[in-house]
Amino acid sequence: MFDFSKNHFELFGIPASFEVNVAELAVRYRELQQVVHPDRFAAAGERSQRLSLQAATQVNEAYATLRDPLKRAQYLLRLQGRESEGRQSTLDDPEFLAQQMELREAQDTVRSAADPYAEITALSRKIDAMIDALAVQLSAQFNGTDPDRLALAEQMVLRMQFLKKLQSEAEAIEADLDEAR
Amino acid sequence: MALLQIAEPGKSTVPHQHRLAAGIDLGTTNSLVATVRSGRAETLADENGEHILPSVVRYTLDGVEVGESARQAAGEDPLNTISSAKRMIGRAAAEIGSLGSEQAYDFVSGDSAVPRIRTCAGEISAIEVSAEILKVLGRRAQDTLGGELVGAVITVPAYFDDAQRQATKDAARLAGLHVYRLLNEPTAAAVAYGLDRGADGVHAIYDLGGGTFDVSILRLNKGVFEVLATGGDTALGGDDFDVRIAHWILDQAGWVGESDRSVLRQILDQARVAKEALAGSESTRVSVALPGGRQWQGELSRDQLAALLDPLIRKTITTCRRVMRDAGISVDQIEDVVMVGGSTRTLRVRELVAEFFGREPLVDIDPDRVVAIGAAIQADVLAGNKPDDEMLLLDVNPLSLGIETMGGLTEKIIPRNTTLPVARAQEFTTFKDGQTAMAIQVVQGERELVSDCRSLARFELHGIPAMVAGAARIRVTFAVDADGLLQVEAREQTTGVSAQIEVKPSYGLSDDEIAGMLQASIEHASGDVQVRRLTEARVEAQRVIEALGTALAHDAEDLLSGEEHDQVQAALQRLIEVSAQSQDANQVEAAVKQLEEDCEFYVERRMNHGIRRAMAGHRVDEFNQEGGPKAD
Repeated sequence: MFDFSKNHFELFGIPASFEVNVAELAVRYRELQQVVHPDRFAAAGERSQRLSLQAATQVNEAYATLRDPLKRAQYLLRLQGRESEGRQSTLDDPEFLAQQMELREAQDTVRSAADPYAEITALSRKIDAMIDALAVQLSAQFNGTDPDRLALAEQMVLRMQFLKKLQSEAEAIEADLDEAR
Repeated sequence: MALLQIAEPGKSTVPHQHRLAAGIDLGTTNSLVATVRSGRAETLADENGEHILPSVVRYTLDGVEVGESARQAAGEDPLNTISSAKRMIGRAAAEIGSLGSEQAYDFVSGDSAVPRIRTCAGEISAIEVSAEILKVLGRRAQDTLGGELVGAVITVPAYFDDAQRQATKDAARLAGLHVYRLLNEPTAAAVAYGLDRGADGVHAIYDLGGGTFDVSILRLNKGVFEVLATGGDTALGGDDFDVRIAHWILDQAGWVGESDRSVLRQILDQARVAKEALAGSESTRVSVALPGGRQWQGELSRDQLAALLDPLIRKTITTCRRVMRDAGISVDQIEDVVMVGGSTRTLRVRELVAEFFGREPLVDIDPDRVVAIGAAIQADVLAGNKPDDEMLLLDVNPLSLGIETMGGLTEKIIPRNTTLPVARAQEFTTFKDGQTAMAIQVVQGERELVSDCRSLARFELHGIPAMVAGAARIRVTFAVDADGLLQVEAREQTTGVSAQIEVKPSYGLSDDEIAGMLQASIEHASGDVQVRRLTEARVEAQRVIEALGTALAHDAEDLLSGEEHDQVQAALQRLIEVSAQSQDANQVEAAVKQLEEDCEFYVERRMNHGIRRAMAGHRVDEFNQEGGPKAD
């Protein structure tokens, strides 16, 4: 039967690594859904439909996890027995925390800027660039030989979580600006 | 004369048969039905050659009138003539009042979560009104095609929430239609356009109907339509344009007093006529009769119309901007902008959409018919008439789903624009020692505060094992299926006890209410419940028999041993016999279940085989580099 015990990487037939070829992942995703999606079982019986629904749900979850660097990193850590999600870890990095506060302050003053759109766009770009840079570091960490590499990767994942949160807040500000136009 | 079809012994038991399936566009103003015949999707006409069925239902003492005749009677019989039921479906009475609809019906206050309108034929809900429209279209399809429909695809606005979708599905059930899928209208339009052109790339679908607005961004790749993001407003459409113009007319005419319903209706009609005239000329004359025998005449220009409508159209553009951001797509990545819905005939809409997307939108398929045509194409594929077709639609949930947490805040469980089907779990714990029950409020919407979101349902969990506070771990799973409908499941993790869930929908009908309506409609048609159930059970049996037959013909040789093949064949034969001979719906239903049980191993094997085959085309080392596949 559809093997629900397979992990996301196994389901897509790819090695469990932080490096993922996103374009190729999309190709495999579409091929998997071609096989399991409920649309392929619309004329079949109830049991087949239920099975297909579960399989398609799992394929979607795997794809959503693997294509996003943060979710992928969290998932890799979990596969290695490290539960980073949900745990209230603190980040012991004064430099990063100072940077956070700076970004947050910049966000708070956007609305009163002469051109709030330009400000928020610039800020979003800056956050995006920081996330990209972190992804490169994460990749090196996962591939490295440092005995502490997983602990270090966890720290980076935490930073990425912070940045993602800032990014979604920036998007919310942009949406508010749209509404007010 | 039909040729006899003879199957080779031991091979396919069922000769391939074209299964009759239809696509239905259930619109606010107009509805249509379409089907695929000889490889072409086309809308179907009634006996007078009319394709469009006005979505108007009139209740009289003699029966029900649907369509044009009902629409014409609306002026003289406003309280028994229900139009724009789609604006009411899946909503509470209080919400309907706030929609700014110019027509007010005689709403009944009662216990049901579903508002009812008092008519001369009794109290009617929007679900029953929609069911009448669906019945007429279903009958039209059966008469045209000459046989029972095995299934239908019904379109809904992409931005419909769970309650509105469930209510639409209930309406179809009342109309006696088997719903293959609820399909989002912009996705249906994309199918109609995409298959026509075979155009891979990212497309924007702008769909402005009589009462609803949707915009979807899709990526089309080798027959797979992947919706990246969707957004809209289920209470904004051409009807609101008419209201703006009508207010302008009243202003210009200097009318300040209360107007009665028939005067308002007349002015709204004039407003609509003027709006449509301006699609073809720079300005148009407007003339209305006011109470007290007064006449007013004036001139409405395109510029004036633009001034009136721009605030409404700009609201849709704001939504477009948000959806583009959600999709992570910039304007220059969009290949085509497709216009759908009658209200996109208004030139000012096209102008502002063209301005935003920086290109002329496509208008070459009739915007009234394109949704029904797309639905028919999908219905044909879902019915299994095209086993080798690669078309697949991957849609998203339009609104975030969450739960109420302490302090009236929402916690999002499934964010908007997540690809369907999806399931996400959340763990809860008890708050008091020995607590054995818990209530969870499910909300849908984007705001932080529960009071700003729609409350979909309240779930009560019972049978939680008594433990100290915080020790129980209850995992609640929210699953949204391919129709966009939500299901909730709960289980206590430490003991494995599954908590019973009691659902109290905030909107929509309870199962008992539906059963009652079905009963009433059958009695009304002087039919017999048992006969109808037996027919339904046989149709279902036929569906399963055909699906299995097709599967066996396709891959039985590769996937089944001789012995297994015999077993499956024998099981299939048993169902064929029971379905043909039994007069008992329960027996037929049980036989269908039995066959599915007997063949489950085969279904699973087929799915696995498909996955292996799909993945066999790839090598693991294709994946080594982020940049792209490696050369050999």
